[in-house]
Amino acid sequence: MAFDKMELRDIEVWDGNFAAAQALRQCQVDVVSAYPITPSTPIVEGYAKFKSDNYVEGEYVMVESEHAAMSGCIGAAAAGGRVATATSSQGLALMAETLYQASGMRLPIVLNIVNRALAAPLNVNGDHSDMYMVRDSGWIQFDAFCPQEAYDLNFIAFKVSEDHAVRTPAIVNQDGFMTSHTAQGVHTMDDDTAFSFVGEFKPMNDMLDFEHPVTHGVQTEEDWHFEHKARQHNDMMTIVPGKIDAAFEEFAKLTGRKYNQIEQYDMDDADVAVVCMGTSVETAREVAREMREKGIKAGVIGIRVFRPFPFMAIAEALKDVKAVAALDRSAPGGTPGALFNEIAGSLFNSDSKMLLSGYIYGLGGRDLTKKHLVDLYTELQANADAGKVLTQQQQFIGVRGPKLAYL
Amino acid sequence: MLEIRWHSRAGQGAVTGAKGLADVISTTGKHVQAFAFYGSAKRGAAMTAYNRVDDAVIMNHEKYMEPDYVFVIDPALVYTSDVTINAKDNTIYIITTHMSTQELIASQPKLEGKKVYTVDCIKIAQETIGRAIPNTPMLGAFMKISEMYDIEFFKENMKRILAKLPQKIVDANMLAIQRAYDEVK
Repeated sequence: MAFDKMELRDIEVWDGNFAAAQALRQCQVDVVSAYPITPSTPIVEGYAKFKSDNYVEGEYVMVESEHAAMSGCIGAAAAGGRVATATSSQGLALMAETLYQASGMRLPIVLNIVNRALAAPLNVNGDHSDMYMVRDSGWIQFDAFCPQEAYDLNFIAFKVSEDHAVRTPAIVNQDGFMTSHTAQGVHTMDDDTAFSFVGEFKPMNDMLDFEHPVTHGVQTEEDWHFEHKARQHNDMMTIVPGKIDAAFEEFAKLTGRKYNQIEQYDMDDADVAVVCMGTSVETAREVAREMREKGIKAGVIGIRVFRPFPFMAIAEALKDVKAVAALDRSAPGGTPGALFNEIAGSLFNSDSKMLLSGYIYGLGGRDLTKKHLVDLYTELQANADAGKVLTQQQQFIGVRGPKLAYL
Repeated sequence: MLEIRWHSRAGQGAVTGAKGLADVISTTGKHVQAFAFYGSAKRGAAMTAYNRVDDAVIMNHEKYMEPDYVFVIDPALVYTSDVTINAKDNTIYIITTHMSTQELIASQPKLEGKKVYTVDCIKIAQETIGRAIPNTPMLGAFMKISEMYDIEFFKENMKRILAKLPQKIVDANMLAIQRAYDEVK
């Protein structure tokens, strides 16, 4: 081997960014093309340092913008290599055009998004505006709730994305600062074990295979565009979920850590439940347990795979729950939150009589406290007892000023 | 659950200190969390960092904390920040100052009736490390007050954590930790 192995302790105290950077190293990513932005910077900085210290055999391409960063990734992926980058917020906004190119060209790329608010007003802290902005971009989207998962999900993302039946790029989301800059114990894999999970990159339709010339980035008008997009969607709906489950299963065999498209906590007999993403899932789990000591049968569902959206799994998990809160960490801009809409959609044509209410919270990094969640579960229990939603369907948590409620 | 809040200025090493402490504690099988409020803080701006320690995996990600310990590693923050905010009745304060504990409390009445310990981490850092980086001495003082670990065990672990620094700087940090351990009152 032309590069050095790194000795890791079984448990390292890493923040989410460093955990992701270590995963990129252990996957031996061939090309990182990046334009750093807070709070994702340490991921690509970490890869660059590993490369300059000879822990990775790869290329770090410094570019002039996030648009160019993803363009570089697209070129490298089309050429035929394992490719990754990271960004946040405004960087992702500038990258957005090229995200659709990557998914439409069916190129396996792993993008770490360290979730951050979108300006204006300018804010470097964590919310899910950027994650939501690209939710229809045709990328697979995983969501990590803590540094351990930011590490693990990178391996899973490469595994799924590079599968020749999938060939679709994948995003690994983690909460800006709350995960990315929060150090916690991370169970590591040694370098050989980690690499064995993803294996050598297997190119497909690679442009550097001169014996088999291919065309990438074609133009199709009304004659073929729809068929391409339909095929892309079809594969997301029918092939990707099974491949994700298989990767989760294989990862569990290797590490003992089992992931699921939706993570269910205390849901078996839950009367009331919170559905959310990111670090909020873990805080809600702790509060749900405390609510159970007070006699409220509380549960939590964390969305592990945001795209393809686990529509049927959500419907199944919530069908017997009495009252549910959908928590969206993004300003919805004149509509209910995305999770509210998707959950409502999943249950509409079912027999479920679940009461659904939506909450917007945590914008720009605003703290979601345990107190907020205690109040939320109490409100859900009141809805369940009354057999109807007693509040308006959309409320805000933790915002100052007069109470905001709509719909 | 043990919870610690650090009051610092950006650049004084509170984040490194919090992460270093978490790393040492993690080696003993406990679960840890270390984080900070950054905002768009620039060097010199007041900021806070946090530690959580527990026997079980820490799932609480709220930033709100009622700390068991408050570390103040810049002397002026006792006057310009509210270091007692969200504190409990039995919260213990370890504060960097050139004053005695009595003088400090007299100068900041909010500390009246609280459990306050003082140590001059700035002076110790300047005299050992050669720069006013008061984070590692604060941890030495914390080891004394909390009796969390034997100081030699703590220093051995800190040597590993600081290993990427030049040996001279590592040695100076060990001196600083020991001096704060010995001098905190």
